[in-house]
Amino acid sequence: MAETEIPDNLRYSREDEWARLEGERVIIGVTDYAQQQLGDIVFVELPEVGRQVEKGEPFGVIESVKAVSDLFAPVSGAVVEANAGLAERPEVVNEACYGDGWMIVVRVADGSEVESLLDAAAYAQHIEDRAE
Amino acid sequence: MNALQRTPLYDAHRAQGARLVPFAGFEMPVQYTGIKAEHAAVRQHAGLFDVSHMGQIHLQGPGAIATTERLVSCPVASLRVGRVRYGLLCNTEGGVVDDVTVYRTGTSSVFLCVNAANVEKDQRWIESHMGAGTQLHNRSAETALLALQGPESRAILAKLGFAGGDLETLRRFRFAEGALAGHPVLASRTGYTGSDGFEIYTASGDAEPLWKSLVNAGATPCGLGARDTLRLEAALSLYGHELDDTTSPLEARLDRFVKLEAGGFLGADAIRRRRDAGHSRLLAGFILEERGVARAEYPIASGGREVGVVTSGGPSPSLGKSIGLGYVPPALARPGCRLDVVVRGRPIPARVVDTPFVGATRA
Repeated sequence: MAETEIPDNLRYSREDEWARLEGERVIIGVTDYAQQQLGDIVFVELPEVGRQVEKGEPFGVIESVKAVSDLFAPVSGAVVEANAGLAERPEVVNEACYGDGWMIVVRVADGSEVESLLDAAAYAQHIEDRAE
Repeated sequence: MNALQRTPLYDAHRAQGARLVPFAGFEMPVQYTGIKAEHAAVRQHAGLFDVSHMGQIHLQGPGAIATTERLVSCPVASLRVGRVRYGLLCNTEGGVVDDVTVYRTGTSSVFLCVNAANVEKDQRWIESHMGAGTQLHNRSAETALLALQGPESRAILAKLGFAGGDLETLRRFRFAEGALAGHPVLASRTGYTGSDGFEIYTASGDAEPLWKSLVNAGATPCGLGARDTLRLEAALSLYGHELDDTTSPLEARLDRFVKLEAGGFLGADAIRRRRDAGHSRLLAGFILEERGVARAEYPIASGGREVGVVTSGGPSPSLGKSIGLGYVPPALARPGCRLDVVVRGRPIPARVVDTPFVGATRA
């Protein structure tokens, strides 16, 4: 498998999502490891702005050619933005999962939920623990 | 638990970085670089598939042709040596035991290429219904099968050199025996992708060098993921999805492979009975008209009522749309009919279309 990119400035969930805290806003997407494992992404279903998401609960769906997978919220809060571009071009998740492939922005009451996620080193270990 | 079997190409797959998954009891490559890239390679150039997990059941002897004629839905006695036909093995209820291709190899010999998941089942089925003077040999374990598919297939074979006939002028549904790059093969102008191509049978020991020669000559390794997206665009049935032991071949729109007028083949009576009673369902191809992906087992609805089921579905990389096959009431199976595919509880509008979804091969 290709080298997987794990930026140092992000936090990660065990379900292979990344999160970046900007004040009260948390930008969320799926990791390079996730998009490699999934393969070609053909459909992404995101929540509407205004919806509440709960840490650890599904907030949407990501579909590859062969499979349907849930997206899990790494933090709790209200959805303030959802990436409408992924409707037309879901493959952007494969091309730029940390950039244009972002999925939702959540307003959190308390930024410490992000701090309690895995850092890059811990996420890298989490990937290794699951590898063959 | 039984360990997964491996084809003779297992090491080659691993060396090429294939992602391997269990399929029909075998560890098989689902993709190398990616399903969409491999799909495009077949449609635009040439892709190479390892389908050695499939089975080859040989029948020979003075009764072999009569036995085969009685067991498959396609005509066999009239199938000339060097030719191939697609047909169904059917049960006494008119359902499908397996879909197969029949190769007429001699005056008194044929072999059937059968689905990997059904090899033992088919062997037992044939053995329990064989007529006198028929010997059965299951050559699956010693036979490897490579499928070279795409518009550049002929050029690639020409590059390797085929001794013993002219593969470049071999017509669809015909086969030739000879040596390809020095390896004895039987090559047929057949395939399961809807693009032009060849299926190349060889001894297990020759599989790896032949695979490497074909890749070096320009074929792109392709996995089962692309094999499925390609056959779906071609609207080809897959056993376990469009076909199973409850489906009549006529429900699956395979009428042209079923010899009903002359036929005394096993299952013909039941197929005729079910046809005369009127089918309650027919297979239809459809395209989704809004975003979403149809998948096997999703319900099909009309007017808010569940009326059918998706048997296969997914993205069509060539069309950039979501397509699928499914069983619906005959009145809704005509091109232009509107249906809903229910995806996670939501009805997505779809339209029945003529199939194949992507251009038929001509030869």
